[in-house]
Amino acid sequence: MARLALQSSDWVSVDDWESQQADWTETVVTMRYHYGHIAAQYHHSKDPPTNEQPASDVPQLKLLCGADFMDTFKVPGLWMDDHVEEVVGRFGLVCVSRGSLQPDRAIHESDLLSRHRQSIFLVREWVHNEISATEIRRALRRGHSVKYLLPDSVIDYIREHNLYTQDSEMKNKDVKLRPLAMQAIQD
Amino acid sequence: MAGRLPLVLLACGSFNPITHQHMRLFELARDHMHQTGLYRVVGGIVSPVGDGYGKQGLVASKHRLAMARLALQSSDWVSVDDWESQQADWTETVVTMRYHYGHIAAQYHHSKDPPTNEQPASDVPQLKLLCGADFMDTFKVPGLWMDDHVEEVVGRFGLVCVSRGSLQPDRAIHESDLLSRHRQSIFLVREWVHNEISATEIRRALRRGHSVKYLLPDSVIDYIREHNLYTQDSEMKNKDVKLRPLAMQAIQD
Repeated sequence: MARLALQSSDWVSVDDWESQQADWTETVVTMRYHYGHIAAQYHHSKDPPTNEQPASDVPQLKLLCGADFMDTFKVPGLWMDDHVEEVVGRFGLVCVSRGSLQPDRAIHESDLLSRHRQSIFLVREWVHNEISATEIRRALRRGHSVKYLLPDSVIDYIREHNLYTQDSEMKNKDVKLRPLAMQAIQD
Repeated sequence: MAGRLPLVLLACGSFNPITHQHMRLFELARDHMHQTGLYRVVGGIVSPVGDGYGKQGLVASKHRLAMARLALQSSDWVSVDDWESQQADWTETVVTMRYHYGHIAAQYHHSKDPPTNEQPASDVPQLKLLCGADFMDTFKVPGLWMDDHVEEVVGRFGLVCVSRGSLQPDRAIHESDLLSRHRQSIFLVREWVHNEISATEIRRALRRGHSVKYLLPDSVIDYIREHNLYTQDSEMKNKDVKLRPLAMQAIQD
């Protein structure tokens, strides 16, 4: 569905590395993988610098997220402190705020996030566009239209494969979120 | 959907430009009216306002029509109508509704097969005005609406109002005796997916060279780019011009 949706984008693509891993992968591990990949591509294709074209830098990698993501940092056991340091401090965040959520407050209420304030870029979404996937699934279950909320190609795909139903919503109902399950084991 | 009343939804507005939000109104309204168990939606009409309306930043109707047609290519039940934009002067909503209702009724009588046992006579489709919650607030702007027009638009035809964001159409109805009297002709649709893609914001983003991808169809974005439609200059259009309905009211007073 993501590939279909991004067909019309000339700069955003889908990557399946994370989804192909045997177990759930921490965000920081995914970031390290992609940064390694980007750096390797850079070194591989780098032309020697000239007067006209000075050496360019290895691209940086930052995590793009919504404001609700900022709130996950305070969920007990969901994040390891040194992972937060690396994701926010070493790499950096670009956080787009949607609706009434307050990423500023989330940063303020966390010493760890506050320490890395300069690595967090806050983007205001003035066009309030709160199309939540939860609402989309709800509409689909009830046979309501989701046209103009997602690309037609994705809607067709969902319909063909009958993806979102009462049953699909019940999946993992009593299963603990993997990062929390892992944390419990380690405690 | 046997035994239901056929219904056509008409949306009037600037459509400057048309956005996914506008098109969502139709989808939400159709689902809602079907859920009442009383109606079967048989068509949707987008009727862009004429250039004479005098709203600030309004680009030529030929462009607004072209963009709406592009946007609605993928819809099998909503279409664009240019009658209103072709009229010499700005046209009151009630006049546009009378025109479309007359057209629908004429089509119905023209194509009606004689009723049989298997296929009993169906009704002439009703026509209702589809609008957003901010439209409800226009009823209290002094001089913008004539009382008997409101009676006809709301009472005779009916409204399907989709509330977006934090606006409260219920309050607008409550604060108007006229609207309250016609409460049963007003269908309120809740938009749970908060989708406030305002055309004003779109134009602002375009002026500043920001991306509007995924807020409107790509075909409309391409059209805007090709014709360089939304700029500082285009936004200044009609800056000191009085909105036509208010100008007309002032003349009549």
